[in-house]
Amino acid sequence: MRTRWLIPALAVSLALTAAACGGSSDSGDDAAEGAAATATGPGAGSKKVGFIFVGPKDDYGYNQAAYAGSQAVKKHYPDMEVLTAENVPEDDNATRVMEKMIAEGAKIIFATSYGHLDPGLKVAESHPDVVVVAQGNFIATAIPKNAGTYFGTVYEPVFLAGIAAGKATKSNKLGYVYAFPIPQTIANINAFQLGAASVNPAVQTYVVNTSSWCDPAKQAEAAKSLFAQGIDVITQHQDCTATITKAAEEAGKMVVGYHADASVLAPKGWVAGSEWAWADMYIDIVKTAREGKFTGSPYNGNFRVGYKDGKNPFVQSKFGTMVDAATKKLIEDQKAKISKDGSPFVGPVLAQDGSTMFKSGETPDYAIVEKLNVKFVKGVVGDLPKS
Amino acid sequence: MNIVAEVLTGGIRGGTSILYGALGETVSERAGVVNLGTEGSMLAGALAGYAVAAETGQPWFGVLAGAVAGGLLALVHAYLVLSRGANQLATGLVVLFLGLGLTSLFGVGYVQAIAPTFSPVAIPGLSDIAFIGPVFFEQDPLVYLSYFFVPLLSWLLFRSRWGVLLRASGERSEVLVAHGHRVGPIQYAAVVGGGMLAGLGGVHLSTAYTKAWFENMAVGRGFVAVAVVMFASRRPIRVAGGAYLFGAALALSPALQARGVGINQFALDAAPYVVTLLVLIAFGRRQLRDVPEGLSKVFDAQPTR
Repeated sequence: MRTRWLIPALAVSLALTAAACGGSSDSGDDAAEGAAATATGPGAGSKKVGFIFVGPKDDYGYNQAAYAGSQAVKKHYPDMEVLTAENVPEDDNATRVMEKMIAEGAKIIFATSYGHLDPGLKVAESHPDVVVVAQGNFIATAIPKNAGTYFGTVYEPVFLAGIAAGKATKSNKLGYVYAFPIPQTIANINAFQLGAASVNPAVQTYVVNTSSWCDPAKQAEAAKSLFAQGIDVITQHQDCTATITKAAEEAGKMVVGYHADASVLAPKGWVAGSEWAWADMYIDIVKTAREGKFTGSPYNGNFRVGYKDGKNPFVQSKFGTMVDAATKKLIEDQKAKISKDGSPFVGPVLAQDGSTMFKSGETPDYAIVEKLNVKFVKGVVGDLPKS
Repeated sequence: MNIVAEVLTGGIRGGTSILYGALGETVSERAGVVNLGTEGSMLAGALAGYAVAAETGQPWFGVLAGAVAGGLLALVHAYLVLSRGANQLATGLVVLFLGLGLTSLFGVGYVQAIAPTFSPVAIPGLSDIAFIGPVFFEQDPLVYLSYFFVPLLSWLLFRSRWGVLLRASGERSEVLVAHGHRVGPIQYAAVVGGGMLAGLGGVHLSTAYTKAWFENMAVGRGFVAVAVVMFASRRPIRVAGGAYLFGAALALSPALQARGVGINQFALDAAPYVVTLLVLIAFGRRQLRDVPEGLSKVFDAQPTR
């Protein structure tokens, strides 16, 4: 999900990617065997599955979680070969890497970054027998028979973490450092504030954006600025998360995690967090595709799963020591409520300017949340960057 | 803390890595060698510093390692440019790729490492001075170290015999030869020394400022350093001013946002680069006159006299 800043980086990533692919492809001659399987349909009987990641596989975040998911597939299907490629840019290089995996016999491709969708669709079009699924993002046009997107409802556990933050704060000021004002991020910020406000009406969330999925120096400065304003609980939505977590611990502040369990970096200040657990969904997608049942399955669309209708792959991280039993109970209750209602954005929800975002009694589903979360809710301090 | 003090404090904190890189580039360019690989040396320093601090538990060993790593990468540049006669600009970019690739490759194991790091230390007495105290004297040890380098390099370059030789190697190397000096060793020392300084900038970035290693974490600060050197006429004191100006421009955005001030962030993000362009437009011609003659040859842009 990170946009590359300079062309040299692309060149180097490319070289590394090529090396990564080369290393994991020792046998290319059994490629034809997949087609011999009895089931038909895209991806049927595939002996190999390919995963591409936009970043390194151990970034303490998004890509690490996706990589862990790919390894779970490998463990679950010992007869399958799992091809992986790290640092794949979100452009034609991704097309090339996917084409290479297909040439090696992969009939199922996971394109795990938001911007991998367009190259993924291109590949899907030229290989009707290959399943290409993209993580996050939406296919806005007619959905091809062999493609789809999948994701969790990220804002649900973020809402729950917000409850813990609202209880933990003493200054009633929370901080949120984010990369870009994309709908998914805005939904997270809104859910965080709503969760906190549900237990602490006086709470406000101060937002700072860094315009980069990973610029640790900008993150360090953002954290310092927020702490200077009296923020005592900080959270973030970025690919690399260590800097903010450590800054909070050093400043004696509290931190809510995102993407991965980083509690080891902040033993004193860790409050709660959310992290990815992709294994089950990846395995199910591979299973569906291998059985030749991909076309027409939920994955052959813009698949989203939340607490209400299944197993959300975005789960709660462990709680910090300062979260007491009463708060944990409160969070469990809210989780049960979301599982029943289907969304933490149950109306009435007011926007920052006081206008109504969701009417009383309205329960927006994922698609509506992602479309309507283009502004902050009441209680968020700060403006969205205008272009 | 009021916003002016906050932005200035952030400017020094955030400008220090740029300052080290720019001081290194100053030394190198004074000897007639442009090193666009400064960003690579910073990355090498950032990784080596963080890795060695993590392995040894001693951040000062990391500082040494970072300087050595930055210097080693610059040595590649020096060899190609000085001994093999390669084009300086192209070689600099290649050295940057090399630094970026090597650090991405070898840095993988250190993304999750926890290293001992530098934290701000208030200097007794000095930090009590109104306004100036918190801005300058509540920083981390590597910032204080950079305070010494600025006057030291200024003196070395313009007041010492060593500086005369170094500048002569960048201006008129024939003169050095006529006086019985060898140009090569002087230029090698300048380029490698410059890379070591850039490496220190990287160490500051990873072990003091962000307390983490991440691939490509310099995100263009090495190039900013090269730009600073150009508009600061290769004079250490002005270079410090330029680096802090950039740091302050970078610190302005979060300081305003944390106060809920609505302002066009994309414009704010572009501010440091707009500042550079404006300075180059305003002083461009004068900059050209200040360029060491050896460098003019590199750019193939003879100054108008």
